[in-house]
Amino acid sequence: MSASGGATPTAQRSDQPEAEQDARAQARVERRQALARTLNTSPVYMFGVLLCIFVAFTVVNATAFTSVANVQNITLSAAPYLVMAVATTYLMIASGLDLSIGSVLVFANVIEAKVMGAVGGDGTAPVLIGLVAGIGVGAGWGLFNGICVTKLRVPALITTLGTLGAVLGAADLITAGNDIRTVPMSLVNFGADSFLGVSYIVWVAIVVTVVFGLILHLTRFGRHTYIVGSNIEAARRAGINVDRHLLKLYALSGASAGLAGFLALAQFASTTISGHSTDVITVITGVVLGGTSLFGGYGWMVGTVIGILIPITLNNGLIIANVQPFWQQVATGFILIAAVYLDQLKRRSRERA
Amino acid sequence: MSAVLEARDITKRYGHVQALSGACFEAHKGEVTALIGDNGAGKSTLVKVLSGVIAPDGGEILLDGEPTRLDSPQHAKRLGVETVFQDLALAPDLGPADNVFVGRELFKPGWRGRLRILDKAEMRRQALDAFVSMGTDVKDMHAPVAALSGGQRQSVAICRSVMWADRVLFLDEPTAALGVRQTRNVLKLVRRVAERGVAVILISHNMTEVLEVADRIEVLRLGQRVAQYRGKDTSVEELVGAMTGALDFHEEVRP
Ligand SMILES: Nc1ncnc2c1ncn2[C@@H]1O[C@H](COP(=O)(O)OP(=O)(O)O)[C@@H](O)[C@H]1O
Ligand SMILES: [Mg+2]
Repeated sequence: MSASGGATPTAQRSDQPEAEQDARAQARVERRQALARTLNTSPVYMFGVLLCIFVAFTVVNATAFTSVANVQNITLSAAPYLVMAVATTYLMIASGLDLSIGSVLVFANVIEAKVMGAVGGDGTAPVLIGLVAGIGVGAGWGLFNGICVTKLRVPALITTLGTLGAVLGAADLITAGNDIRTVPMSLVNFGADSFLGVSYIVWVAIVVTVVFGLILHLTRFGRHTYIVGSNIEAARRAGINVDRHLLKLYALSGASAGLAGFLALAQFASTTISGHSTDVITVITGVVLGGTSLFGGYGWMVGTVIGILIPITLNNGLIIANVQPFWQQVATGFILIAAVYLDQLKRRSRERA
Repeated sequence: MSAVLEARDITKRYGHVQALSGACFEAHKGEVTALIGDNGAGKSTLVKVLSGVIAPDGGEILLDGEPTRLDSPQHAKRLGVETVFQDLALAPDLGPADNVFVGRELFKPGWRGRLRILDKAEMRRQALDAFVSMGTDVKDMHAPVAALSGGQRQSVAICRSVMWADRVLFLDEPTAALGVRQTRNVLKLVRRVAERGVAVILISHNMTEVLEVADRIEVLRLGQRVAQYRGKDTSVEELVGAMTGALDFHEEVRP
């Protein structure tokens, strides 16, 4: 995994005049400095932390923890979180916030099961129609959040706290609070099958992460996300349509929860209405641990991947070590606070420089 | 010589405050024009009108003699009119080159360009060229601008505007927050930009600075132009007099 942040290497040409020798030497020095800077960032530190967690649990119970089945287990549990964390990375880089993703996941989860049931039969068609419906309603809730934040100017914290409650309530209304346990066999098979030893569910998360990671670090859309989060006024003056950009990011966040809901449905062959109340904590913790700033303008997708694996691995390891899994919640909560504190320290020291 | 930018009888009212009451202004190619005036004289408002940020209530703007309506800052930019605002409007987390190309990103050639993939190396190269050719001391192209000194940040903001300004460049109090040496550098930069044939408009409170760098000086008071001078023909006393109205005897005789 490279933590280069998508920096493009400068093309080396041999036909340059001598006058540019100095410039090239300078460029070499700068590249070395850039490497030093890269090594001195959260994703690299956090990769170390992740390794430590791995080593610790391996020492505790090597046979159970480092088994292929368990590593597959970790990646499988991480997949829906990772999908949401990818969108959350965009949103947080743009100084946005979406607390409602867990509820939107549940709502989409329910809609997907309902739609698949309504279309009926087995095979790819009902599953795909359910998936599209789920991503659609997810994006719809995201758009609703985005409109409240950008057009009505309700702070994101309040808007998405409101939808956190409202959307979950709506999901409960639809199902009367009971999980839907009948899903098409083809969905169950999709959830159980794997390719190259990696579950399809994990593949979906990998593809989403890679594609959106590339968009974030290489394209203008990604660049504008950073600018909006770093200085919204600068973005406006540069002619970037800030509201429209944020609207897209909130919709992306909702859509990611819709996709995560689909992955959860495939994984458990049932809706999981009561299982996602702390998802948003895990996701935001992962994103912040990965080095994305709560204050916007800064973050890496690679960091998010590492960051999200920390609470998941912790949870998995604690269960294997026979520690009550509630400790994971306790630990994750405090880790989140510590990570934001460190982010703030970093900002302050930079501003003093 | 005819003016690149000319404003005639610009009026702008904010509620009860008449910020501009028939202000005239002109700037010429290759010259540094200083726009001075007391606090609240309307300098910033005039700059905002002339750079498309706010629409005037009345009056006329001419670019190269052509009557022009500036609909937005983007419109003004397309016409070669750039502005460095007092607050710089830089993205602190991004690098100098990223800031120079904000909203004007360059893409890689071919299919990658169609996918809107940025050409970061090329942007960095062009930005560095600009920094070097304008004699600034911005060297680290990878550090976020938040990590640069105040003077370097100012240089980034100025270079960004200079790179795209082929007609007019407004600088609203570019030296207000700078030390002596950094002020020197910015003033040198201002002269160099003018020598390239751009009409540079410098807003400043510092009269010695204005006298040092400006070819022409326009004085604004109570929303109107009250005096025009050639830089070499005037003095601090005269400028302060015009700014405060001490020289304007009509205004002094009030009922
Ligand atoms: N957005 C605004 N709303 C209300 N009044 C304003 C606004 N901008 C400027 N003014 C008023 O217009 C007058 C001119 O202000 P300004 O152009 O900022 O002067 P200067 O830059 O010369 O100090 C002042 O009296 C100021 O209070
Ligand atoms: Mg002002």
